[in-house]
This record gives sequence, structure tokens and C-alpha cells, in this order.
Amino acid sequence: MVWAKIGAACLLACVALDPALASGGLQQSFLQPMGPVAEEQFSHLIRVVGITMIVILPVLLGVPFILWRYRYSKPRGDYTPEWEFSKKLEYALWGVPVLVVAVLASWLWYSTDKLDPYVPLGPDPLQVQAIGLDWKWLFIYPEEGIATVDELVVPVGRPVEITLTTDTVMQSLLIAPLTGQIYAMPGMTTKLNFSATRTGEAEGENTQFNGDGFGRQKFTVRALAPADYASWVEGGGDGLTLDEGTYATLRQQSVLADARGDLGLDKRAEPIVMTLGQKGIFEQIVAKYHGAAGPRWGGTGLPQGNATGGGE
Amino acid sequence: MSGNTSPIFGNLNWNVTPYTDLLQHVDSSTIVGAGAASVLVFGAIAGVALFTYMRWWGPLYRIWLTSPDAKKIGIMYIALALVMLARGIIEGFVMRAHQATALGTLAQPEAGLVAPDHFSQLFSTHGTIMIFFVAMPLLIGLINFVLPQQLGARDMAFPVLNQVSLGLTAAGAALIMISLLVGQFGTGGWTMYPPYTGIDFSPGEGVDYWLWAILISGMGSTLTGMNFAVTIFKERAPGMHFMRMPLFCWTSLCVAIMLVYAMPALTVSSAMLALDRYAGFHFFTNAAGGNMMNYANIFWMFGHPEVYILILPAFGVFSEISSTFSGKRLYGYTSLVIASMSIAVISFTVWLHHFFTMGQSAGVNIAFGIATMIIGIPTGVKIYDWMATMWRGRVRITTPIVYLTGFFLLFVIGGLSGIILANPSIDYQVHNSTFLVAHFHNVIIPGVLYGMLAGIHYWFPKAFGFRLSETWGRRTAYLFVGGFIFTFMPLYVLGMMGFPRRSPTFQNPEFLPWMYVAAFGGVLMMCALASLMWTFWTSYRNRTALAVPGGDPWNGSTLEWSSPAPVPEWTFPQIPQIQARGDWGEAKRAGDPWKGPERYTDIEMPANTAHGLLIAGAAFALGFAMVWHIWWLAILSFLAIPGMIALRGMRVITPKIIPAAEVEEADRRFRQQVASLASATRADEETERNRGVPDLSEFAG
Ligand code: HEM
Ligand SMILES: [Cu+2]
Repeated sequence: MVWAKIGAACLLACVALDPALASGGLQQSFLQPMGPVAEEQFSHLIRVVGITMIVILPVLLGVPFILWRYRYSKPRGDYTPEWEFSKKLEYALWGVPVLVVAVLASWLWYSTDKLDPYVPLGPDPLQVQAIGLDWKWLFIYPEEGIATVDELVVPVGRPVEITLTTDTVMQSLLIAPLTGQIYAMPGMTTKLNFSATRTGEAEGENTQFNGDGFGRQKFTVRALAPADYASWVEGGGDGLTLDEGTYATLRQQSVLADARGDLGLDKRAEPIVMTLGQKGIFEQIVAKYHGAAGPRWGGTGLPQGNATGGGE
Repeated sequence: MSGNTSPIFGNLNWNVTPYTDLLQHVDSSTIVGAGAASVLVFGAIAGVALFTYMRWWGPLYRIWLTSPDAKKIGIMYIALALVMLARGIIEGFVMRAHQATALGTLAQPEAGLVAPDHFSQLFSTHGTIMIFFVAMPLLIGLINFVLPQQLGARDMAFPVLNQVSLGLTAAGAALIMISLLVGQFGTGGWTMYPPYTGIDFSPGEGVDYWLWAILISGMGSTLTGMNFAVTIFKERAPGMHFMRMPLFCWTSLCVAIMLVYAMPALTVSSAMLALDRYAGFHFFTNAAGGNMMNYANIFWMFGHPEVYILILPAFGVFSEISSTFSGKRLYGYTSLVIASMSIAVISFTVWLHHFFTMGQSAGVNIAFGIATMIIGIPTGVKIYDWMATMWRGRVRITTPIVYLTGFFLLFVIGGLSGIILANPSIDYQVHNSTFLVAHFHNVIIPGVLYGMLAGIHYWFPKAFGFRLSETWGRRTAYLFVGGFIFTFMPLYVLGMMGFPRRSPTFQNPEFLPWMYVAAFGGVLMMCALASLMWTFWTSYRNRTALAVPGGDPWNGSTLEWSSPAPVPEWTFPQIPQIQARGDWGEAKRAGDPWKGPERYTDIEMPANTAHGLLIAGAAFALGFAMVWHIWWLAILSFLAIPGMIALRGMRVITPKIIPAAEVEEADRRFRQQVASLASATRADEETERNRGVPDLSEFAG
């Protein structure tokens, strides 16, 4: 058991410590956690691998042994062609897996409950609203009056609660070093709760295929010290305001760089920071799909006059 | 393609072929597309030419296409599956080659071998083909061939229905094939989740190709399930009690029941999506009260049982070969039966694990996560039982045993990643990543593919009268094992590094080394495919040296080894009386197993008919017409199907009678031949001395 755990840890360490992975660039893996949720996910992974080794190692070691020992060309050991049952063996064959699964199931219960994405990690979490658009994410900070495209900035130490929806097909938001993913669907909201315990930059992404620009639907996540976060909030943005006009442009099927071009910014894959034109944008976009708002905020279909779009 | 619909040609016009794309725009992506279409066109032309030159059309029609014989139908299923497997593996290779060249940046358009739109068609056709037109026809074909022979039956309960099922499956496969040449395929993956695949976001014919291929072939699989179930319940030879059936029959029974309960869910979810797309319904649309979560829910009510439908026949094969090639009785028969049946039942209670991340409460996830883990128990027991079967045996390392070994060592790793994914807390991280892709290939390739290839190798002599080359068989198996390791182990790593599945591009240069390893694996897989084809060809050329007319090349213990190889149309000259489990083995133990029947009687077999072929044609026309909105053809072919059924229902159909004299003549000849052939020991199994008559003194298990 202990050995199994050590083995499993080594295996994962090989992956985690892969020099390539550790070198520069944005962190994209939960094997280098930046917060308690990913940390617990990582250690639960090791735990599961370790426990499961009890039932797997006998096969990995036993099969080569049996093939070697009982091979027809040079057999060793007895030959018992009519042996077909043993009660004792039967107890072991069923019993061990049952016990292992019982242990695994208890841990599963524990960790699933503990990491329920709907439960905040502490009092007064920072509220962020995320809207999945085709090939970019729009983040709204209702209390701070900021909206960003493809950038999520959070203060270290304060819990964060993201409320998600989309204004297109289903998507799934993952910030691997901080927390797991959750689906986002139009007209509905889901939640992700997490917090960052150290500063750093991570990559967030959509993992649910949604068309040609899918491979470029990535965003930057920056966990800043509280003071830096405060100055980021103060810092103002690109001079744009999120209102129906800018939203209509963002809602087009386009990747970040092209959307910037459409908004009159230079076409780099840099995040956009805007001020909020009005309150309740997120709520109105969810409500669109329940018959409210009529044709406002772009309606519910595919955006018209789509220039950069996918599929013919 | 939203232009005007012509009353005659529907939405078809000259702009739908990949050649038009190539003319408009020459790059690696359009070249690959036009190349694939050309392979199809030239393949078809070469096939037609070959058949015409060899004058094979008549025999093809008379002996194969119109045959209601389950054994022939089984072989045709497998032939279909192998053709589709070739396309599936080539597509897998193209995807691996693409991703190895797909490193890009966020600011620049996607690079790489193929365009993003083309890449997404590739993973969609690849997944759909591999599941529905490779794995399913392989297992249904193998069951068709083996099951009646093992049960002591001459045919399926409904032979003509069986033909229709094959026809429907082939019609679905043909729709997918034609999509290479005419129009585009959908881009929503093999699951085709709406709303992405709804009419708003996926206009055009792509998703419709998928829908009609699935609706038509799914109907065929449902009918197959019923046919198998009734056959097992009603057609067993006298004395073949349930607890005397070989394990392969048990897993076939599980599959039959599961097909009957699982396939309708797929038909329903696809039909609902079709109604959304064609008739403006709002089951799964974003607005107007639609809810895509219902699609995921219904789809996976089929989808999870489906993966056990795929794996259980392979488990049946492994039960047979582990015992035969160890020269030993199967360990824990009852245990294996209970385990198979519990897998079949539990597999209907876990589907939610495919969408742990859809936002439901932790409690729901816990319940389904634990249910998922529980299914690991009977699966683990089966593996230990096969190990116990080989323990204290005398194991011949034949091709099936190489596959079995590959299965043992790799499948448990797939099991480990399955247990990992069953934990919702971890699934939140690796869901939708290539970790998941690695996981399901890790259970499907060592499980289903190796199992089916092992089964084909094992029963091939029974079908064609000669063994497959062991040398090439083993080479193929090693290549498939090596190819798997190199292709998919890197995907585990990439998945944990955060690489989403279905990605046409990526920006992290650190992924690149793993991509190269995986691409190398893709090359090995192509070699494995070539080696598999070569195995058939070289064995065919050496068929006289490899012939095993005695019919029992592996010294087996189940009923099918009692007949000649190739097995005659009527299988048994007289329906056997079963005395024991492993009846043929017991007969060998008792002394003279090759005793002929005392009296021969006329044998009644179902007459050949073109019914299945005609229904397949109409079903294909219906699908194609619906895809292209050619309404007159759709109506016509839709009416033709019940019409043909009614016509057949009104005709008096006389069965084919094989006169007793003919049976007697053939059977006597077989028995004389067995008596005249020298028996071969197991040491001689792979040599020319193996003429299918084993050394009885060696038979112990
Ligand atoms: C033999 C060599 C094979 C290769 C090289 C291969 C390669 C691939 C690749 C590259 C993908 C896309 C992964 C992604 O989305 O990032 C894929 C997806 C898939 N493969 Fe395979 N594969 C092989 C065999 C099989 C077999 C035997 C099966 C099943 C019987 C199978 C079933 C699937 C399915 C269901 C998908 C998912 C498609 C989707 O995303 O909807 N593959 N495969
Ligand atoms: Cu499942």
C-alpha cells in the first residue's frame, strides 16, 4: 500500500516535473496548483492511483509471471487442466476489489463533497460573472464596474465566485491550476468557487468544442497580491465601455485578436478591459433566453453579419 | 448551402465536392480532402473493375448478398468493419499528423496540416465510424458467426431480419462514406451535442449525415439485439442449459439485452435532434424552452451501456481463448457468468458520469461516481478469473494470446484511468481533455479491438478452412500493442497538462515533444493496419499449407469445433444432444468424438432472398434524400420499406430443403477425411502438420 503510493507519486512526479512543463509560459495544469481546490484535486488523484494499485499491480506483475512460468514451450510448475474452482480464491477475487472500492468510494464521497463548486471557500467571495461567447470569454465585475475580455484577475487570499452562462452554444470553463471546469449554457447559470493562495499567471480555457476558433479560446488568469489587485481595478482600461454596441461586436464569432480589430484596437491577442455601461447586463443576457428583452442584446440566434465565422 | 432547393436535386449541386474546394483554394487541407475523396472514388472503380474482371458479381450476389445464413452475414459484417477500420485508422493518423504540426499562437490563424473545419470533421467521422461502423459490426459479426454454432443451432431465430439488420448497418456506413465525396460531415464529434449541432449553429448537411447514419444503423442494431436474444432463448440445442452455454454465449446474451434497452435511447435522442433541425421543434435549442441537457442525458443513457456492449463480446472471446490456449478448463465459470450479468445491469446506472460537470449537485455526482466504481468490481473479477485460468496451464503464445496479454497489461491501465475519472472531483480537471481521449482509447483498443482481432484469428479457420499466419498474426498484434502505447500514453500526459480534446491548435510549445511521440504511434498504427491486411493476404496465398479440414485446429472444447472447416451451410448434420458444459471436450475425453449420426434427414434452411438488400437500398436512398432535402425521393423510399415488407408478408415463401443424401455424402466424406488425417499435437499447432485433427490424448481441459 505504502509502496503503491510511492510508486504512484513517482509516476505523477515524472509528469509534473517534466522540465518542459516547469519552464516559463502560462501554467495550464492542476499538477502545479495555485490554490486549495486544485491542490486537493492533485492529492486526491495521487490517493486514488495509490489505492487502485492494490488491484492493478497483481495483474501487471502476475501476467508476465504466469506467461513465463506456464508457457507451453518450457513449462515449470504443475499442470492442473481440470482445476476450475476454489472457494478460498473466490473470496479473495471478489473480496479484495470490494474492499478497495469501498475505500475508494468513501474517499470519493469526501472529496466530491469538499470540492463542490457551488460552495464558497470563505465569506464574502469576490463576485465575477462570466459569459461564454464564440471563441472568447467576457468577464464582468459587477461591484468593481469593470468588464474584461479574456482576462480574469483575482486577488490572492480572497475567495472568488464565478457565475457562468453563455450567449451561444454550450461551453466549459477551466482554470486548471486553480479549480476544475464547469459547463456554461445559455439561459442558465452555473458556479465555480475557488481561491488563489499564491500569485502567478495561469491559462484558462474553454474545453467544450464550439467551432473553428475553439483552439484559440484561451484567457489569462492573473492572481495578484491584494494591493496590486486594487491598483488594477483603479487602472482603467482601453477606454471602451461595455454596452449594447460593443457587446454586439463581441458577440460575433471571432477570436480575441479579431474582436479587438473590430473594436478599433490593435489586433493583438491582448485582453480588453472596459468599464461597465450599465448594471445587470449578465442578468439580461440570461433572461434573453426566457423570452425577455426581445431583440435586445443581439437576440438568441447566431449573430447576424458574421464576418470571421466558422463553417460555410 | 442555404440557397434554393431544387425540386429534383434538393440541395445538391456541383459545389459540394472536395474537388471544388481544391479548385477554389489549394492548400494541404483541401489536398487531404480531395485525396480522401479520390481514394474512395478510385477504390470504388478498382473494386468494380476487379469484380467484373474476375466475374465475381454473380457469386457475390447469389452466395453472399442474398444469403440469410448467420455465418455469412457475420462474415459480411466483419468485412464491412475492416473496411471502415482502415478509414478510421487513417483518419486517426491524419489527426495525429495534424496536431504534430499545429503549434500556433493566439494572434495568428490556425496552422497545421488541415484547416480547423476539416480537423473537426475528422474527429467527428473518426469517432462515429469507430464506434458505430467498426466496433459494432465487428462484435455483431462475430456473434452472428459464432453464437449459433456454439448453441448447437443452425441459424438465428429470424434469419431474414438478420439480413435486414446488416443491410441497415451497411446503409448507414455508406452514408458516412459518401459524405467524403458529396458535401461535408458534421463537426460536433461523435456525440453531436446540441445546441452546437442545432440548425442555428450548424446549418447545412453535415449533422444530417450523422443523424441519418445513426438512425438507420441504430434501427439495425436494435433488431439485431432482439434477434440474438430470441435465438439464445429459443434456439439452443436440446440439453444446452443456460449454465452449459460457453461464456461467449453468455456475453452475447448480455449484449442482446443491452442492445434492446440501450439503442432506443439513441434513436430517440437522434430523432428529437432531427425534429429540431427539420421541423423547427425546440427540444434542444437555446431559446423557446429547449434544453440541451436533455440531449446529453438521453444520449448517455445509450452511450454508457454502449461501451459495455462493445466490451462484453471481447470478454467472451477472452474467456474462450484463455481456456483453449492454456489447455485448461475455464476457471470460475459461475463467477464469470455472474460478473457479466452484473456488468450488464450496472452499466445502465452510471451514465451521468459523462457529464459530472454540468452543474448538478454534489450529491448526485457522488451517487453516480460510486455506481461507476462498483462496475469495476465484476470487471476486475473477470480479469483475475482469466489469470487463474492460465495459472498452472500450458500456455501457447499464439496470436490470440499475444492480444490477450496486451489486453491484460493495458486494459488495467485504462481501468485505473477510469477509476480516476469516476471521481467527480478529479473529473472536473481532466474531463474534455486528452486524458479522457487516452482513457477511452485505452479501454476500447486493448478491450474491443484486440478482443475482436483475437476472435477473428481464433475462428477464422472455421469460416474459411485455413488458419491465419501465426508469424504475421503476432507481428500485427505486437504493432497494435506498440502503436497503442506510443499513440495514447502521451495523451494522458497532455491531458494532465491541460490540453483539451478536439483542439485544432495549441499554443504551448511544451506539448510538442508529446505530440511527436503520439504521431510516431500513429505511424505504428498504420503499420499495424498494413500488417493486418498482409496477414489475410499472405495466409490466403498459403491456404493449402494452412488448411485445417479436420475443423478443430486449436483442440477446443466448445461445439463449433466439432464441424468441418470451412463449416457447411447447415453447420450440424444433426442437431446435437448436449450432455455437458464443453460438450465437445467431454466427447473427446470419452474417446471417439467424430461419430457421425446414424440417420440423416432432410435439412430445412431459409431460402436466399434479396429482401435485406432491397431494404438497405431504400434506407440508403431515404437517408441520402433527407440529407439533401430531395423530398420526392425521401417519400418514395420511405414508402418503399413498408411496401416491401408487406409484399414479402403476402408471398408464400418456401424454405430451401437440403436433401438428406447430400448432407450424408458431405458428412461421410468429412468423417473419412478426419480418420485419414494424422493428428497433431499442440507442439505442432503452428506447423503444417496441424490439419485440424488434434491429438485427443492431449485433451485434458
Ligand atoms: C488505431 C488508431 C487510432 C488513432 C491513431 C486514433 C486517434 C484519435 C484521435 C487523434 C482522436 C481525436 C482526439 C481529440 O479529440 O483530441 C480520436 C478520437 C476518437 N477516437 Fe480514435 N484513434 C484510433 C482508434 C480508435 C478506435 C479503435 C476507436 C473505437 C473503436 C476510436 C474511437 C474514438 C472516438 C469515439 C473518438 C472521439 C471523437 C470525438 O471527439 O467525438 N479510436 N482518435
Ligand atoms: Cu460511461
